[in-house]
Amino acid sequence: MSVKTFRGGIHPEGFKELSLGGPVTSYLPQGDLVFPVNQHIGKPAKPVVKKGDLVKAGQIIAEADGFVSANIVSSCSGKVKAIEERATASGTTATCIVIENDGEFSLLEGVGKKHHAGTFSNKDILDAIQRAGIVGMGGAGFPTHVKLTSKNPESIDYIIANGSECEPYITCDDRLMQNQSRGILDGLRLVLQLFPDAIGVIAIEDNKPEAIKSMEAVCAGEKGVMVQPVQAKYPEGGERNLISVVSGRDLKFGQLPADVGCIVCNVASLYAIYRACYFSEPLMKRYFTVSGDAVAHPGTFEVPIGTSYQELVEAAGGIKPDVTLKKALSGGPMMGIAMPSLSAPITKASNALTLLSEDDVELAEAQQTACIRCGRCSRVCPIHLIPQMMADAAEKKNYEQYEKRLYGLDCIACGSCTWVCPAKRPLMQLFKQAKAEILAAKRK
Amino acid sequence: MYPVLVATVAVAVIGFVMGMLLITVGKKFKVEVDEKQLAVREYLPGNNCGGCGYAGCDAMAEAIVKGEAPVNGCPVGGAPVAEKISQVMGVSADAQEKQVAFVKCFGSCEHTAQKSNYVGIHDCAAAAASGLSPWKCDYGCMGLGTCEKACPFGAIHVIDGVAVVDRELCKACGKCVSACPRHLIEILPDKATYAVRCSSKNKGPAVRKSCDIGCIGCSLCTRQCEAGAITIKDNLAHIDYEKCVGCGKCAAKCPSKAIAARQ
Repeated sequence: MSVKTFRGGIHPEGFKELSLGGPVTSYLPQGDLVFPVNQHIGKPAKPVVKKGDLVKAGQIIAEADGFVSANIVSSCSGKVKAIEERATASGTTATCIVIENDGEFSLLEGVGKKHHAGTFSNKDILDAIQRAGIVGMGGAGFPTHVKLTSKNPESIDYIIANGSECEPYITCDDRLMQNQSRGILDGLRLVLQLFPDAIGVIAIEDNKPEAIKSMEAVCAGEKGVMVQPVQAKYPEGGERNLISVVSGRDLKFGQLPADVGCIVCNVASLYAIYRACYFSEPLMKRYFTVSGDAVAHPGTFEVPIGTSYQELVEAAGGIKPDVTLKKALSGGPMMGIAMPSLSAPITKASNALTLLSEDDVELAEAQQTACIRCGRCSRVCPIHLIPQMMADAAEKKNYEQYEKRLYGLDCIACGSCTWVCPAKRPLMQLFKQAKAEILAAKRK
Repeated sequence: MYPVLVATVAVAVIGFVMGMLLITVGKKFKVEVDEKQLAVREYLPGNNCGGCGYAGCDAMAEAIVKGEAPVNGCPVGGAPVAEKISQVMGVSADAQEKQVAFVKCFGSCEHTAQKSNYVGIHDCAAAAASGLSPWKCDYGCMGLGTCEKACPFGAIHVIDGVAVVDRELCKACGKCVSACPRHLIEILPDKATYAVRCSSKNKGPAVRKSCDIGCIGCSLCTRQCEAGAITIKDNLAHIDYEKCVGCGKCAAKCPSKAIAARQ
């Protein structure tokens, strides 16, 4: 099958081989588990447990507050130790439910029981997804039941399973597709049931031959589902790019994927949908990559949500004795967020921890010069913005120009421009700041 | 001889006609300029730096006369120029009470510690937008000098990780107040002797963990204050300078020295 791609993008070194070897270990944490109530886009969930309550794994501990919100489920059994402000991966604090882990991981009754296939109504599926608290697991964390609730299901032509995983170092989706290809396919089938006219396309970058092979093996002979290899290029997995690659349709500024008849779901979300429907199992665990040149044994783990990053670093053999940890990123090196400490918990949308012995931002800062107007940033921008002019407007705080003429709010913060910039300008940080300040001014 | 005469007369006539024309046009299309504006313009430095926020000294003079800009709005000229302009405008420059900016955080390196090593754009607003805070306190001064860059008078400097205002140089223009992403800077009357040097809305124990001199909201000061000028809101003391008499009893009792005499 032909390999497709989009215009623009970059080819950073993948470093995927670091965490591809070895089995995917299921890690059971020993310490307390911490569940922030805002693991998704939308309103934070409302805690429904009190300090001192006993909970089981699979029990809902915070309920969705409104439609665009998601349930939070405990992934271990134990006692609620506190409901307090704690640090999250982004460096800010959030209300967190802390559960003292009893180490037994005893499941709530009815969770993990296999149902029979083919007995779900559309409402059953959406209810199961909503109850399980599934959110987009590729990083954004948009509640999946909201994404899949459509007023006009016939208008959707493509359900795109996003298995491209273009970010360097991360291999969790790759491993999931290799190990749980049947589950992903069944999850995709459930979503397709909601949209009668849609076909399912599983998009995988061509640097994951094993994943393509195993997905193709389970999809062989299946009607309405196909595997589409896409070129290994960053940011192939960006929603907008993936839609144009798979369907040939371009999202105009301000349009949502559903406006062009597409819905994009991460493969991990699809697997979670499968578990939620067939096993009544809420979103408790996820595949998670620990990688980078500073960690002793990089690898992919199946971890309960709420596990602290620190504990997982130890599970991966700790930091190499001869290097110092300079930078810990929640996510990959392109879009990941630098963490001030490793004490934060893993959330539903976190997919990787990258531990680096060198801080690239620091190195870039030392070499920073003025913009030489080479235009490379414009050439690589996957959504065809002009980063060089945006940076100028952002630096001068000319936000009118930034928003109205340069469409700066559509920047997906992929960081391609910053990666390619020979003058080492801190473009992405400028754009993030401009976006934050414009949105803050609008809320006022 | 004859051609020379013709040329002389012709030039003289043309010169006379043109002169008359210019006089008429000059009178007819005369632009009315306020004499005050001219006088004000005279006293302004005239280097058109734009530091006042107007397009140049002419625009500034016009704004002063219209009453849009304050008489002491020129950052370059400072007090002497302000005095002369105020004479022209007929208002007294010292009718205004002197005010200065005050940074409501004293958490220098000595009192608080770094939580993480911030690397990136050296600007408080950029750091604040990233959600990261280099210091242990999430409310305190980040010390990346956005106010320092905003100050047209060089009156504010980051010293030992925290911004400090030079009371002599500060003109209370308010540029730093709007520049600070954490809203730490306030314009206070210069005569205010005591001030709360903290902005943390955290509860006592959390403040203690992050900073030595943070306000823990214990409300000892409110009980000390006979003038009733101190209130506690969001675990933080506020002094009302309308009521404050500057007795210093609050500062004497404050356990964390968050309230103290201004330097």
